[in-house]
Amino acid sequence: MNPALHAEDLTLGYDRTVVLDHLDLAIESGTVTTLIGANGCGKSTLLKAFGRLLAPTAGTVRLDGTPLSALSTREIARRLAVLPQRPLTPAATSVRDLVMRGRHPHQSLLRPWTPGDADKVAAAMSATGVADIAHRDVNELSGGQLQRAWIALVLAQETSTILLDEPTTFLDLAHQLDVLRLVRTINAERGSTIVMVLHDLSLAARFSDRLVVLHDGGVLADGGPWDVLTPGVLRVAFGLDADVIPDPRTGTPLVVPLEPSPPAAPAEARADELQTVA
Amino acid sequence: MTTFGVLTVALLVTLAASLFLGSNPVSPATVLQALLDPATDTEAIVWGSRVPRTVLGLLVGTALGMAGTVMQGQTGNPLADPGLFGVSAGASLAVVLGVFVLHVNSLGLTLALSLVGAVIASVVVFGVAALGRDLASPVPLAIAGTAVSALLGAVTSFLVLNDAETLEAYRIWVVGSLSGRSLAEVGPVVLLLAGGLVCALVNARSLNNLALGSEMARGLGESLTRARLVGLGAITFLTAGAVALAGPIGFIGLTAPHVGRALVGGDHYRLLPASALVGAVTLLACDVVGRLIGGQAEVAVGVVLAVLGGVAFVVIVRRAKLAVL
Repeated sequence: MNPALHAEDLTLGYDRTVVLDHLDLAIESGTVTTLIGANGCGKSTLLKAFGRLLAPTAGTVRLDGTPLSALSTREIARRLAVLPQRPLTPAATSVRDLVMRGRHPHQSLLRPWTPGDADKVAAAMSATGVADIAHRDVNELSGGQLQRAWIALVLAQETSTILLDEPTTFLDLAHQLDVLRLVRTINAERGSTIVMVLHDLSLAARFSDRLVVLHDGGVLADGGPWDVLTPGVLRVAFGLDADVIPDPRTGTPLVVPLEPSPPAAPAEARADELQTVA
Repeated sequence: MTTFGVLTVALLVTLAASLFLGSNPVSPATVLQALLDPATDTEAIVWGSRVPRTVLGLLVGTALGMAGTVMQGQTGNPLADPGLFGVSAGASLAVVLGVFVLHVNSLGLTLALSLVGAVIASVVVFGVAALGRDLASPVPLAIAGTAVSALLGAVTSFLVLNDAETLEAYRIWVVGSLSGRSLAEVGPVVLLLAGGLVCALVNARSLNNLALGSEMARGLGESLTRARLVGLGAITFLTAGAVALAGPIGFIGLTAPHVGRALVGGDHYRLLPASALVGAVTLLACDVVGRLIGGQAEVAVGVVLAVLGGVAFVVIVRRAKLAVL
């Protein structure tokens, strides 16, 4: 079976800056994969290339075996959904109207809105728990509600593959968990292939089948959470000294950053020192 | 009653007012008689003046309301109006050049010139924007439009200020007026406006997607270049037609979409027709007011719009929390 997404000898960059160099990466169908790495390592860039939002400098991205360049943007949109990091929240639009826009790739001038579309929108809204707020203006929602509404739009698109660029940014911890649980549920119930970018390593480990660490233009580590989140990898990828211990509840790796030794003095003590010096 | 019902009634009322009220007092019975039987319209007030300007008000108001909506949707800028693509500036310069160089004084030729100027200006703006990275972002388009408008405006000012005769012709045209056109002159422009209307309606779905940002729009399978081209067609045809018919009437393109959004929300399938209705009602109402307050002299609709419309818009902004794009 073809991988859902396959980057072959992929080079990506902006203007003359190369961000990822000759990268090979296959995303197995039906899995949750999270791209991690330091700021600027190319996580979002790779996700954009997977979603044909960025044309490769060299190499190919295949979607279910077919090169993206051989598919029309609309054909891609029927098989792959992208939730960018910062979509614009449209003016004076209800949650339902927003979610309805996910049906766009399945519609045309000759095949406009159908009852089937309405069913899919309703299903997407109930799966994400926004059915109760269907008539609220999206501009009045809390961050957590808004993110659920965006995910509902992506679900209404009914694609086998979903790309999420930092879906938990701007959310408090409880709502981050809420979104990631939703992602797992979508994966379990719909069998969707999910590729996302996350910053919180412990949450990434808890909710992903596979982690891919990007560093220095390529893949530094790739595999299950325990294989990837080692102190050695963290030191190279992030320049971070950390212990990795089992999460007492889930058994997944928990990253505990170490303080540089000797530990920094508390602020009050430092203030005293300063006065002494003066 | 639905919002669209209210807007339709408002339109019917303003259409009637535009036919029955004017600086020449004619009794409603006489107007009605003239409407039904043109032969009785002895002084040609009804068929020669009121019918054409009513039709004109309907067309121009509709066109500007829609063009402004497409413009704001395309640029994601709530302050965008059809003037931003250089369309009005191009039309103005073409008219001034016609008067200055070719000594044009026929209305038909002025109309043709303003059309050509509008189309050339918007093609130049689009070309300059397309020279940059890509058309995915609305910013290059807005910058190119502003720059080209400023340039054309400077040339226009130079020509106008250097020649008294040109200034005389220009100053009448530039205020924006619905009077002095015959139905025969309106005819060809209607085709252009119809083209713009179709482009705008076809663009509705793309505008809905573009409102989510260009990345999200592409993710939903939107072809950005095609969406921009269709939108540009809508803006150019609608604005060029409106400017050709009535001069560079401002304000409606800016405000009608805001009022429409407050009334029916941000879905362009509803917003485009609502803004069109708001634009037509506003323009017709202001034209009627201009006829009544000025006595025999009349006040051009562009002036009334600036004064009344300005006040009305401030009230709207204060009362309704306007949706931010």
